[in-house]
Amino acid sequence: MTADPGETPATTSARTVDLTEDAKVEAVDIPPELVAQSLGQYTRAWLRQLRSGNSGVLPVVAAIVIVAVVFEIITPEHAFLRPSNLVFIFGLSTVYMVLAIAETAVLLLAEVDLSVGAVALIGGVIAFKLVQQPGANWPWWLALLAALVICGAIGAAQGVLTAILRIPSFVVTLAGFLLFSGILIVILGGADSSVNLNTSDPNQNIIYEMVQGLISPVVGWIVLVVLVVAYGASLWLRTTSRRRQGLTAPPLALIAIRIALVAIIGAAVVIICSVNRGSALKSVTGIPWVIPIVLVVLGIWTLVLGRTRFGRYIYAIGGNPEAARRAGVNVPGIRIWAFALCSATAALGGILLGSFFFGEYSTNTADPGQLVLYSIAAAVIGGVSLFGGRGKAIHGILGGLLIGSIAYGVSLLSLGSLSTPLEYILPGAVLLAAVLIDVLSRRGSGGVNRV
Amino acid sequence: MTEVNEPPKGAIPNGDGAEPLLKLRGIDKHFGPVQALYGVDLDLPAGQVTGLCGDNGAGKSVLTRTIAGVHQPDHGQIYFQGKPVHIRSARDASALGIETVYQDLALADNLDIVQNMFLGREKLRRGLLDEDSMEKTAAETLSTLRVTTVRSIRQPVASLSGGQRQSVAVAKAVMWNSKLVLLDEPTAALGVVQTRSVLDLIKRLRDRGLAVMVISHNLNDVFEVADRIAVLYLGRMVVQGPAADFDRQSVVEYMTTGTASGRPYEPSASASGEG
Repeated sequence: MTADPGETPATTSARTVDLTEDAKVEAVDIPPELVAQSLGQYTRAWLRQLRSGNSGVLPVVAAIVIVAVVFEIITPEHAFLRPSNLVFIFGLSTVYMVLAIAETAVLLLAEVDLSVGAVALIGGVIAFKLVQQPGANWPWWLALLAALVICGAIGAAQGVLTAILRIPSFVVTLAGFLLFSGILIVILGGADSSVNLNTSDPNQNIIYEMVQGLISPVVGWIVLVVLVVAYGASLWLRTTSRRRQGLTAPPLALIAIRIALVAIIGAAVVIICSVNRGSALKSVTGIPWVIPIVLVVLGIWTLVLGRTRFGRYIYAIGGNPEAARRAGVNVPGIRIWAFALCSATAALGGILLGSFFFGEYSTNTADPGQLVLYSIAAAVIGGVSLFGGRGKAIHGILGGLLIGSIAYGVSLLSLGSLSTPLEYILPGAVLLAAVLIDVLSRRGSGGVNRV
Repeated sequence: MTEVNEPPKGAIPNGDGAEPLLKLRGIDKHFGPVQALYGVDLDLPAGQVTGLCGDNGAGKSVLTRTIAGVHQPDHGQIYFQGKPVHIRSARDASALGIETVYQDLALADNLDIVQNMFLGREKLRRGLLDEDSMEKTAAETLSTLRVTTVRSIRQPVASLSGGQRQSVAVAKAVMWNSKLVLLDEPTAALGVVQTRSVLDLIKRLRDRGLAVMVISHNLNDVFEVADRIAVLYLGRMVVQGPAADFDRQSVVEYMTTGTASGRPYEPSASASGEG
């Protein structure tokens, strides 16, 4: 159709009405892996997509690199990229990652949940209170489950108000944010109170260890190898099976590059975590438990969004609710479930936050307002569209890492009174940039209001 | 006036005289004080394209939605394959094999062609979406309809042209063994080339033995594809018959005045010769 003769349409048949006028639109807007048969074609298609403004995860990856380099240069003693700091950033970021993934489920519907921060903290405090309930003696997993279920019910209630009564989710969850921020103070036991885990109790210690606990480097390497092999095998099997069935599949070289990338990133994380970040007297090495925990959250949400009917309907509702309704999709039901699962996932993020702050919740560490802003920012910066229908769980991971890096980098600068404002200003600027990219890429793809 | 507006009862030509796939008799529909349809009779035979014409407000959309199950008639009876049926929902219509392509197409821009074609009826394998099988079925349907201009059936619908989107919407409608397809203004938003390919697609549906009803303002398109023409005027079916019995002038007159001056409609003597 256009310049590149190598990219013939995947299907051709006897009589084709060539709609040449549309060839230009098509050429830029198709995911490159759909049309490319070789790595060269893939690269060209990918570059063309980039130029059209449809840049995928590239901006956020570039932003992470830039942030890392800049902070490394401007922090005192160039401390930003020290392994101890990087591991700390991983821990902090995982909270934003989990909350951003939770928020993604709702953003995909073209809704928003402003209460994730407050609900997450309520979930965390509930779990912390339940494991140390005198007499009741809840096992850690039951306390965790209870927190997830209670928060899921909160989310479902907000979902009902949004989906059935059609009150804008912005208003419902803004009310929820204020309401649950207040309730949070009540269950914390007052404005100056805190909830602490007793780490000498093995049951409570497990919750404490979720972020603070470490896996030894040897086990880390074994887990990494297993994960990479499993990921590679599934990718490879799917590609070859599609080839066998005569369906288009990405070139094998591309699969190999993807597997290699995952392996390299994984190895980098394990190496960083394996460096002794304690003192010469007492060495501290190992991978925080929270990294595999976040990978499990990522895996579950990727599966749910990408491979189940529920996930497909979330995207469909985000793209065109009327089309979904006419196709027989139970639109209110899907919306309610998405809000419920968002809040349940957020509860896990809240528990991780408590564990990250060394098993303590106080009104100082638990700021629901900042948490929700960072979560939405992380999702959108990562590449989830505010307009619904576009985004993946992995985007929450990338956005969370960027937000965590900025938040911690600013605190390293020891700017005194400037530090707190910058913690808001920098993510704000990045969020604005991300939304601009979102809007521009939608304009570039011509996907809006095109009938 | 009243006599002219009365549909020619008992003398509706049905193509080859066989029972039409869908038969409407005496359909009345009102919304509050507004009477939208007055005793409408309509035949939609299999293997033929029926063009439904009428000015704005003539009741074309209400009639279409009545067949599609969105509205229920106040009076009158719908017969499908000779049997009286009640179509209470779009789901009922689908179960009978009636699919409607509305003017807005009802496609989700962010989903790809396969995902749109299977929306609401996804195939599962071990609880998860069976993408490969859906992709193959969608590709087969598109290729039997010779919708082959798309580069990849995995591209998002947002990247398609208007004609391609219309083709995908039609393919989605016929993939489910449908017997009757209702197309609401299928060419309204399209350019010349794209209109051409959509009209070709409609003819292919007819050649596959489907009954097709095309609602259109564009008489060029109607005369291009329709085997039969039916004209609504202020909620009444003023005339219907083989397209050969009409010319542009008479259809316009029926649409605007409910009658054709000096040439009252006469069922053609050789009605069985059409199609």
